[in-house]
Amino acid sequence: MSLSRDEVERIAHLARIRIDEADIPGYVRNLSDILDFVAQMNAVDAANVSPMAHPLDESQRLRDDVVTETDQREAFQAVAPQVEAGLYLVPKFVE
Amino acid sequence: MHQRSLADLAAALRRREFSSEELTRACLGRIARFNPRLNAFVTVTEERALGAARAADQRIKAGEARALEGVPIAHKDIFCTKGIRTSCGSRMLDNFIAPYDATVVEKLEQAGAIMVGKTNMDEFAMGSSNETSHYGPVCNPWDISMVPGGSSGGSAAAVAARLVPGATGTDTGGSIRQPAALCGISGLKPTYGAVSRYGMIAFASSLDQAGPFAVSAEDLAVMLQAMSGFDPRDSTSLDRPVPDYRAALDDAIAGLRIGLPKEYLGEGLDAGVAKAVEEAIKVFERLGAKPVEISLPNSRLAVPTYYVVAPAECSSNLARYDGVRFGYRCAEPRDLRDLYERSRGEGFGAEVKRRILIGTYVLSSGYYDAYYLKAQRLRRLISADFARAFGQVDVILGPTSPSVAFKLGAKQDPLTMYLCDIYTIAVNLAGLPGMSIPCGFAGGLPVGLQLIGNYFTEPRLLNAAHRYQRETDWHRRVPPGFE
Repeated sequence: MSLSRDEVERIAHLARIRIDEADIPGYVRNLSDILDFVAQMNAVDAANVSPMAHPLDESQRLRDDVVTETDQREAFQAVAPQVEAGLYLVPKFVE
Repeated sequence: MHQRSLADLAAALRRREFSSEELTRACLGRIARFNPRLNAFVTVTEERALGAARAADQRIKAGEARALEGVPIAHKDIFCTKGIRTSCGSRMLDNFIAPYDATVVEKLEQAGAIMVGKTNMDEFAMGSSNETSHYGPVCNPWDISMVPGGSSGGSAAAVAARLVPGATGTDTGGSIRQPAALCGISGLKPTYGAVSRYGMIAFASSLDQAGPFAVSAEDLAVMLQAMSGFDPRDSTSLDRPVPDYRAALDDAIAGLRIGLPKEYLGEGLDAGVAKAVEEAIKVFERLGAKPVEISLPNSRLAVPTYYVVAPAECSSNLARYDGVRFGYRCAEPRDLRDLYERSRGEGFGAEVKRRILIGTYVLSSGYYDAYYLKAQRLRRLISADFARAFGQVDVILGPTSPSVAFKLGAKQDPLTMYLCDIYTIAVNLAGLPGMSIPCGFAGGLPVGLQLIGNYFTEPRLLNAAHRYQRETDWHRRVPPGFE
């Protein structure tokens, strides 16, 4: 399974990760190698096996729909790169 | 003091042979002396530790000592610690001061343990050599030109060098067991769901599990007792009573059926490691255990399956690092997309980016069934192998790692590195408990013996390991220069 340069660039865009031009060939090679390796999965026909999402086949536990969190906005925003008046600041994206 | 075990230190503190402040100062002194050589700690919390030690001494004096009162420990830097930087070994979180404590941190503190610092690790726990850390690699105390294993390399090296008697780690594909093996100490990955994941920075949520490092199985039992238990804040935490992990430690193991998987003891295993493991099996036989050859026929699928499941979950978990709410933000973003892409491109290291990209690919439209769904089907086959085996045997024994520690920089190719975990990964896919204990040396470097148990059989694993450690002294060996 060989990925093309275009495919790697598309995946990087989907993942919102900027890759330097010079590093792309390295990623093309490494990711293709990993997918080749992973292709060993194809040797087994498991169409009749049910997928396993949780090691103990537990289902997601539900809790009562009540408020359990207190307001910690200040504490959480203290670690944010840029905030103002309780809001997270990002570059303008709506004209 | 530093040569004594964690259980022994806890008892000595209670008898007031020495104070927690003295012991904590001794640990801090050793960290100051040896850490420049090992790079095992990324943060040392000296003042806070000394304050906590003095408070512990008060409790001991008042006769109110808890299980780990006054015992210094270290936390892998993946556990959130309120008010203290929690970096996860990444540039992305280099500036992240956690606003809350992980449950594991809280529980160990409630048991009286003293945190002396945060340990180095592979970035976001992705690695088997501790070389992907933003803070540089950790060195193996047995030979500082060698890797300590990973991802919990800092915790393993810190315990091996006797800087602390115990430390926490996490294990997604072998990240507790493999470094324990390479550093010659004991480490345990509990049953999935036994220890809370709350406040433990997520890598692959269906595989991640926290556990302890210490010198001996007995010490692991003491730490695990404090760490485990139901936590409503972790949706996958198991709501079951916590067993007494020490109760069965000394039970005889005569008649214990030990499974020896032929897939773990054949091709690909280093001869020196094989020899040490065979010797260990003989010790178990002398103790009356019955070896049974077993087969885990789908073993060879474990690593490929893992490298779909883990990256897929990683790509989803690490989507949260966007340069907006916390963590690294690139300088002067042109627009929102540039902010996301450059913050992530610059904040993550190469291995983390590789795994996010693989995960993004296997989850992308048109590929999901062929990769992720297929991997989940194989995961059930791998898990079923163990279920079958545990119909025949009580404990599975084998090597933890195919080789002893290797040279820093020796494995540049990602796939070569991934194969370090061929014997540990299946255990995470199945969600079983597993541990590694020292069982000898090959070429002067420690060899780890892996014990795998059925769900919730940690007491039995600890019992078998403890009985072995009563017969051997591999776990008491201290790396030269660190005595």
